[in-house]
Amino acid sequence: MIYFLSRAFISKGHFVTLINRDAADCKHLARRLKATVVNGDGSDPEILEDAGVRMADAFLAVTSNDEDNLVACQIAERRFGVRRTLAMVTDPDNESVFKDLGVDRVFSLTGIVTSLIEQHAGFEDVTSLVPVGEGRFHATEMVLDGDSPALGRPLRDLGLPKQSLIAAVLRGEEPVVPRGNTVLEEGDRVILITLPEDYPAALKTLSGDET
Amino acid sequence: MSNDSGKSLYVIVAGCGRLGSYIANRLSEAGHSVVIIDPEENAFSRLSDEFSGFRVEGDATEFAVLQEAKVDKADLLIAATREDNVNLLVAQVARRIFEVPSVIARVLEPSRTEIYSSLDIKTVCPTLIAADTMLVSAGLFREEK
Repeated sequence: MIYFLSRAFISKGHFVTLINRDAADCKHLARRLKATVVNGDGSDPEILEDAGVRMADAFLAVTSNDEDNLVACQIAERRFGVRRTLAMVTDPDNESVFKDLGVDRVFSLTGIVTSLIEQHAGFEDVTSLVPVGEGRFHATEMVLDGDSPALGRPLRDLGLPKQSLIAAVLRGEEPVVPRGNTVLEEGDRVILITLPEDYPAALKTLSGDET
Repeated sequence: MSNDSGKSLYVIVAGCGRLGSYIANRLSEAGHSVVIIDPEENAFSRLSDEFSGFRVEGDATEFAVLQEAKVDKADLLIAATREDNVNLLVAQVARRIFEVPSVIARVLEPSRTEIYSSLDIKTVCPTLIAADTMLVSAGLFREEK
């Protein structure tokens, strides 16, 4: 994963420095990537100094140990002044914990995969998009089929949960900016924005199915 | 050392290695309520026969494990695992999130300790203590009070 992640950043024009504890992995990475590779413990201040972390715009800690990611980010930020720190966590409970402990951005791999699976289960027409608004909103794309209870009625009459929004509708090739009087049709591709807790109710309103 | 606090505390020890088990045994002997956490069941064999506390088999870096150990009720938490970063994570969670009044973490790498001094967590660096003690005992340095 580290290789592909780095390759993606490099292809976007960023300068990447990798810190990795395994010497053999470091050799591999150095050979295949146009990146600086440092062999060492990324949570050791001296290794970070060697890696030039003082000059970094962003610091990402993506080891499989939550605690190493936390300490690495904290040292990068507090001792070396890196402003953007990002940590991956495996224990989903640690997502909010790390944010409380001052890590800029935290993402839970388990959490992302779980929510993708949950939202895909049984609904081929429903795709969960990337979390938006710092993960506080769900963005979902769905296609309305013939059974949808939302067909033939103006949006304002649908009874969607209060803080939900149909942000966009694609009708065939045509984008439709939805208004209160927009009437949904079979085959419409709808972009729905909801709070996580309102998602089941909104889904039911549009598709008629229970989650 | 004698226990002069008089009161029985609820203490959580993370890590049942040489250090953790020694501390847990002493605390239990002194009449405190001890909960000791370690991912390996055989680690608990280091505890003395008289140990009267609770053993939690689990990884202290997991929030759920700390909750299981009732960290919100702890008076003192000692992070004594072999890994500095584990100790630093557990200590911060205990102090910042569960507001445990007193938190001590063992940190072996001296360069990591300064960043944590401002965080209201006591860090104890065995490396530095051993070095100081040895140098003083070799007569090369005076003990600093």
